[in-house]
Amino acid sequence: MTVATDQAAEASSKLSLHPMEQFTVRPLFGGTEIHWYTITNVTLWMAIAVVCTFLLLVYATRARALVPGRGQSIGEVVYGFVRNMVVDVAGEDALAFFPYILTLFMFVVFANSLSLIPMSFATTSHFAVTGVLAIAVFLTVTIVGFVRNGTSFLGLFWVTSAPFPLRPVLAIIELISYFVRPVSHSVRLAGNMMAGHAVMEVFAGFAIVLWISPLSIAAITAMYGLEIMVAVVQAYVFTILTCVYLKDALHPHH
Amino acid sequence: MELIAAAALGKFIGAGLGGIGSGMAAIGVGNVAGNFLAGALRNPSAAAGQTATLFIGIAFAEALGIFSFLVALLLMFAV
Repeated sequence: MTVATDQAAEASSKLSLHPMEQFTVRPLFGGTEIHWYTITNVTLWMAIAVVCTFLLLVYATRARALVPGRGQSIGEVVYGFVRNMVVDVAGEDALAFFPYILTLFMFVVFANSLSLIPMSFATTSHFAVTGVLAIAVFLTVTIVGFVRNGTSFLGLFWVTSAPFPLRPVLAIIELISYFVRPVSHSVRLAGNMMAGHAVMEVFAGFAIVLWISPLSIAAITAMYGLEIMVAVVQAYVFTILTCVYLKDALHPHH
Repeated sequence: MELIAAAALGKFIGAGLGGIGSGMAAIGVGNVAGNFLAGALRNPSAAAGQTATLFIGIAFAEALGIFSFLVALLLMFAV
C-alpha cells in the first residue's frame, strides 16, 4: 500500500507541471548559450506576430475595393478603432504618430493572441519584451515633448493650478510618476499575461488527479475565455496609455 | 544558518504581504468600474464617449497593484 502511494506520489511529482516553466527561453537550434543573435522561442514567436500583422494589413489593403470584402473590413475596423482612439485621447495633431501607435497595437494584440495557441510561447509575458516597447514609448514621448515645447515641457511638473506652497511637493510627485511610467506601462502588460498563463498551468496541474480533472478542465476553459478578453483589453490599455503620454508631450499645459 | 533560514522565511512572508497590495488594487479597480456603471446608468447616452476615460482610470488604479506584484516577484525570484 505504502509502496503504491509512494509510486503514485512519485509519478504525480514527475507529471506535475511547474507553472513558471512555460516561460523558459530556449535556443531553438541546439546549444545552451543565448547571444543577442540566437534564435530562441521568444524571437520566433515575435517574428510570427510581426508576420501576422504584415499579412493582415497587406491582405486588407490589397484589393482597395469601394465595398470592402472580409479582409478589408477587418483592416478598416482596426484602422478606424486606433485612429479614433488617437484623435479622441491625444488630439488631431497626434495623427503624425498614428503609424507608430497602430504598429504597437497590432504587434501587442497579435503577440497576446498568438500566445493563447496551445504549445506556443507567450512573448509579452516577458518583462524584457514589454520593457523595450515601453522604453521606446517613453523615449519617443520625452523627445517629442522637448522638441515640440522646448523647456516649457518642464511645466508638466510645475502644476500652476495648485496653490504655490504645494507646488514643489507636487513637482517631486509628478517627477517620480513620470519616470515610473515605463515600469508600470510594461509590467502591467507582462504581469497580466504571465498571471493568466500561470493560472491556466496551475489548473492544468490539477488535471492529474482523476476525480478533480473535470472541474480542472472546466476551469481551464473558463480561464481561456477570460484570457482571450484580457489579451485584447491589455493591448487596448497599452495603446491608450501611449496616447495619454503622447497627449502630455504635445499639450503639457493641462 | 538560522539567519539564512530567517531570510528565506522573510522573503516568502514579504511576497505574501505583497498580495495585500494586489487585493487593494482590486478594490480600487472595482471602485472605478462601479462608479462608471452608476454614472452610465444615470446617463447612458454619455457613457459611450467615456469608455476611454474608464480604461485610463482602471489602468492608473491598477498600476500601484502592479508595483506590489512586482515587489513580490522580486522577492521570490531576484532577491
